[in-house]
Amino acid sequence: MKMELIQPFINAADAVLAQTLNCATRIGDVNMDEDAYRRKGMAALIVIQGDIEGRVILDTDAPTAAAIATALAGSEITESDPVVRETIFELANLVIGNAVTSLNDQGFRFKISPPEAHVAETGLKGSEDTEALVMCFDTPSGSVYMNIAMRHNRRRAQERAAVVAE
Amino acid sequence: MEYAALLRNSDHQPIRYLVVDDSVFARKNISKILESFGGAIAGEAGDGCTAIAEYDRTRPDMVLMDITMPQMEGIEAAERIVRQHPEARVVMVSSVGYQENIVAALQKGARHFVQKPVKPEVLYEVIKYVMGEDAYAAQGAAAAGESK
Repeated sequence: MKMELIQPFINAADAVLAQTLNCATRIGDVNMDEDAYRRKGMAALIVIQGDIEGRVILDTDAPTAAAIATALAGSEITESDPVVRETIFELANLVIGNAVTSLNDQGFRFKISPPEAHVAETGLKGSEDTEALVMCFDTPSGSVYMNIAMRHNRRRAQERAAVVAE
Repeated sequence: MEYAALLRNSDHQPIRYLVVDDSVFARKNISKILESFGGAIAGEAGDGCTAIAEYDRTRPDMVLMDITMPQMEGIEAAERIVRQHPEARVVMVSSVGYQENIVAALQKGARHFVQKPVKPEVLYEVIKYVMGEDAYAAQGAAAAGESK
């Protein structure tokens, strides 16, 4: 497990959830068995392209998503309100944006795309060159799951190495 | 925390803002913060193209612009607005706060950068800095701003 790829996402999720929900969070289960993961409900997926490429899913069950939206809006939000989806998408955006900022400070270059809905029941798979894991953050509003699949972009790395060698 | 209302020096009216973000949630959140500073929301936009049209329509005192958006990203929209309106005050607001992004935005005419999640106390100071002598902090806490 290349923790240098994963740790910034853990740190960012922890910090963003704590700041936006104004509470202490606790990192719960960490699982590298992707087959154990099933989508909980409202899931936002963000694609990352660059020196490191991959996808990140932020996922909560419907009651937790509504509770988070309620906490952030300051007024009661029901599970069916479109604001719930917007809230989870923006949370994903904040987490990935902050993680990418941290990785950029380490010299990696990226582009991220706006969040999109992840509708598949299963999560992101790992492979020989792809690091994948699922982790859970416990908040007073409920559990927030993050599923990460990342790999170094070897072609980009070779291109950069060639430029440096010239 | 309560903030002293930020008003325009020219007419003592609330500062008018254009809030640009593809997330409705983010727009509402930022608008709520701006209203706690006594500001008025002149308009909202969900992408760069709409932001340009809304700027022409509303002529706000300040634009708060997200970077990652569909159709046209915030940095390009900021560049186009500033090219047409050199007096425009555009502040980039993004979760992606790495140096290349910040430098690119400033080179295209943005006046400042605020990283998300937005801390109200940081945004308040940035607005004061960017407005400079064109705004002042009134005595007493800000009331909710006027709308459009």
